[in-house]
Amino acid sequence: MLTMRERFMHVSGALLDERSNLAVVLADIGYGYFADAGVVARHPGRVLNVGIRQQLLVGFAAGLAMEGLRPIVHTYAPFLVERPFEQVKLDFGHQGLGAVFVSVGASYDAAAAGRTHQAPEDVALMSTLPGWRVHVPGHPDEVEAILRSTAAGTGLDYIRLAESVNPEAVPDGSGLTPIRRGSTRAVTVIAVGPSLGPVLEATADLDATVLYTSTVRPFDADGLRMFLAAPAVVLVEPYLAGTSSAEVSAALKDSPHRLPALGVARREHRHYGSRWEHDRAHGLDAAGIRGSVADFLASAARGR
Amino acid sequence: MPPSLRTYEGLPALMTLMTGDEKHGRASESTLDVLWVLYDRVLTVDPHAPDDPDRDRFLLSKGHGPMAYYAVLAAKGFIPLEALPTFGRYDSMLGQHPDRSLIAGVELSSGSLGHGLPIAVGVAAALDLKGRAGPRVFCLVGDAELDEGSNYEAMALAGRLQLGRLTVCVIDNRSATHGWPGGIDERFRLEGWSAATVDGRDHDAIVAALSAPHPDRPRVVVAEVERKG
Repeated sequence: MLTMRERFMHVSGALLDERSNLAVVLADIGYGYFADAGVVARHPGRVLNVGIRQQLLVGFAAGLAMEGLRPIVHTYAPFLVERPFEQVKLDFGHQGLGAVFVSVGASYDAAAAGRTHQAPEDVALMSTLPGWRVHVPGHPDEVEAILRSTAAGTGLDYIRLAESVNPEAVPDGSGLTPIRRGSTRAVTVIAVGPSLGPVLEATADLDATVLYTSTVRPFDADGLRMFLAAPAVVLVEPYLAGTSSAEVSAALKDSPHRLPALGVARREHRHYGSRWEHDRAHGLDAAGIRGSVADFLASAARGR
Repeated sequence: MPPSLRTYEGLPALMTLMTGDEKHGRASESTLDVLWVLYDRVLTVDPHAPDDPDRDRFLLSKGHGPMAYYAVLAAKGFIPLEALPTFGRYDSMLGQHPDRSLIAGVELSSGSLGHGLPIAVGVAAALDLKGRAGPRVFCLVGDAELDEGSNYEAMALAGRLQLGRLTVCVIDNRSATHGWPGGIDERFRLEGWSAATVDGRDHDAIVAALSAPHPDRPRVVVAEVERKG
């Protein structure tokens, strides 16, 4: 199976064949693939490499959008969201332009590369900007569906590619989709993107409703209200913990509820190694999620 | 609008209608002549067809002190005269930095420095990609604005892409804190640009510099004006 990133590149090349208004904009990273795959040769001028210039990557893409092109802007998450954040805010949102931003290096996918190549804050940052739809696919098939849909659109879309994938794709994860239904007393666990696999493993023998989404902005507030049984929600996001807590709270503002939020801790985690080791350190592997959910249920039972 | 206000000589009167941003008065005055020359003698733009795909694109990156810009746009029919006294008010179309969504004919919402040139490079590249022969792309920046590193990213790429439809006008009122040893024009030449330095108050010289052909490389025109206070 292709990785999410390989699928993104493969589909992007096909989309350039299909849609003359698309342009892929890169800052070195990823250019070699498009060249080796013959995409550059097929579309000279529509795979644009600005060099290692990430502010320009975004500003230049905005100029393309100003003239009616739909740029697909791609690089590592820290260099796509964090370094040029003011360009993202002003050159696109404030100018009223659209684009598809696609990042790799989700959270600590580049664990061995260290903190400079990690951006678990990306979704939180993008969520502060109006108008952006934020997609966190959990499977390469979802990447293709999201990419095709957003490429055909006109708005602002951020797609966050990850190394971790779920065993199966969820056909339409744009809203909250029930994967498993519990009883009327069940805790509701919201799994975002690649966290679905460990969430299902962690809750396999629990009375839990598991909801899945691959699109966290806009957040599916109606879906949460529709599927919620008991007033207990566990939010599991594969990036900064609590990124969507305010969205869940706003959705349930009229319902007293409890909400622990699992995700990447807000601390300088000075370790290399692998993403699995970092999952374990942040309590985002199945065992860690299981422990957090069990603790929450025990605490909730004592508080009843 | 009285015909006398549609002239260069009428611009100071139009500018006095806009109050509340006096701290940027000098910045606004520094751009006045280049802006007038652009709209009066260089740009192919029409206030009645602000989205004409064959128009020249003008991106004001130096968004501080836009009173001169608004005065020129009013004189040329892009902004109604009545809007000028509303400058800076809650419901006004005219803020202390321009907003492209509020004024037809304004290509760029600017204010934060260092954004216009990278976008202009993208606009020029897009027009090349689309094979649209006519439109030229002009971008106005300040010498102090060039302190922003994003400009160097854009300057380098524009030279490599040989964006012949792109012209950058630098208003040089020597306000860059650490100056430009060797000259601003030389910095651009190193990146493959055509370059000229002119008296930023000499209209004929500005026209000549902005109109000189540069088919295979971008061009910078450094317009020197009085030193900022």
